[in-house]
Amino acid sequence: MIAIVDYGVGNLFSLRCSLEYIGQECLVTGDPIELDRADAVILPGVGAFEDAANKLRNKGLDVVLKELAGRGKPLLGICLGMQLLFEQSREYGVHRGLGLLEGEIVPLLEDVDDPACRIPQIGWNTLEIADKSCPVLSGVANGDAVYYVHSYYLPKGRLTAAWSGYGKAKVSGVVQKGNVMGTQFHPEKSGEVGLKILRTFCGHSQ
Amino acid sequence: MLTKRIIPCLDIRDGRVVKGVNFEGIRDVSDPVEAAAYYNAQGVDELVFYDITATFENRGLFTDLLRRVASQIFIPLTVGGGINSLDDFGRVLGCGADKVSVNSGAVKNPGLIEQAARKYGDQCVVLSMDIKRMDGGFRLFSAGGRTDTGLDAIEWARQAGERGAGELVVNSIDTDGVRNGFDIEMLNAVRAVSSLPIVASGGAGNKEHFLELFENADVDAGLAASIFHFRELEIPVLKAYLAKHGMPVREVR
Repeated sequence: MIAIVDYGVGNLFSLRCSLEYIGQECLVTGDPIELDRADAVILPGVGAFEDAANKLRNKGLDVVLKELAGRGKPLLGICLGMQLLFEQSREYGVHRGLGLLEGEIVPLLEDVDDPACRIPQIGWNTLEIADKSCPVLSGVANGDAVYYVHSYYLPKGRLTAAWSGYGKAKVSGVVQKGNVMGTQFHPEKSGEVGLKILRTFCGHSQ
Repeated sequence: MLTKRIIPCLDIRDGRVVKGVNFEGIRDVSDPVEAAAYYNAQGVDELVFYDITATFENRGLFTDLLRRVASQIFIPLTVGGGINSLDDFGRVLGCGADKVSVNSGAVKNPGLIEQAARKYGDQCVVLSMDIKRMDGGFRLFSAGGRTDTGLDAIEWARQAGERGAGELVVNSIDTDGVRNGFDIEMLNAVRAVSSLPIVASGGAGNKEHFLELFENADVDAGLAASIFHFRELEIPVLKAYLAKHGMPVREVR
């Protein structure tokens, strides 16, 4: 059973459907006991960083997620959910995230440096694999395209398992440190490549 | 590198794909899920569903079909047709649509663009424009190209960005169905006043037209209907051709 964290952010219809489509049982919940009981946890998210981080804190889910991740529970953040795993974001001010991963989320606009690259980045971009040993990347190849919708990003660094070039920015597409991982793109909207990533994540979590 | 998107548009009435879709091997495709699955396998980058349902009651069939498509096909879905209010945005986004395309509804109430962008984010607000060349300029039409709004289309496009639209669909009424290529000049006139992603529509007749489009106009996507529906041009053939000529495209393995 996979638990999708419900904290009042975004529309979870497609994510839920994609997991059902690959035959993975899932539950949308904000209940700490149910999250604990799940084999793995997915943290989704769209919208603004500060608002989402506050919603997690107000429900006490920041503490719950840190505790679960600390005990080795597989955790996958998607889009804003990935960004929330990090220490902080510079989206409209400086805001604290969960701090499960080291790094700072910064505006794409500052680094893209190419008028042809519009903000937000919306569309299919190709992946460059940086760490072949990352579990969710098994079966994913250099050049496979995935679907991004975002204006802020984690610059390619130590935790980057795969990235995409956007102007001069090297956008972390997949990040991983042990049992904590994330995708900046939407695997539930990235066709077969995205489903493969979800399948692998769920498979590793059984 | 962001890839150039290829997008087929499907017309839906009362929950079914309307006539005009004819895939070889699948006779009389009228089930939207089947049509969407076909295009997904072909490697399209996005699907547009255009609701031409006349009655309010049958809008329910449309949302039901959207849910069925969105539970089977995991690529971005855009929905247009009859979008006049914030409730309409909410209704289709809740069924798995990623973007909502508004046309006449925004002409009637330009504030709708801003309200929708605030509530749902600008990434999901697509402004679709039907444009006709008139008196040496570009005129905005509404109601499926039937009504002359009297508005300058280029000025309308410029304002769209300020209002919070996240993407523009530029349909040329003059080239639509003519299959003689996209109206590059019109697209460049829109690009000159807007930094939004642009989806070009109207005039695609062969694969060379798409290459010409991407080489000569700074647009992000090409949209077409019948040329894809009748399999006169297959998506993998088009994408392989574009890739061979140096265009970044998403090829499905």
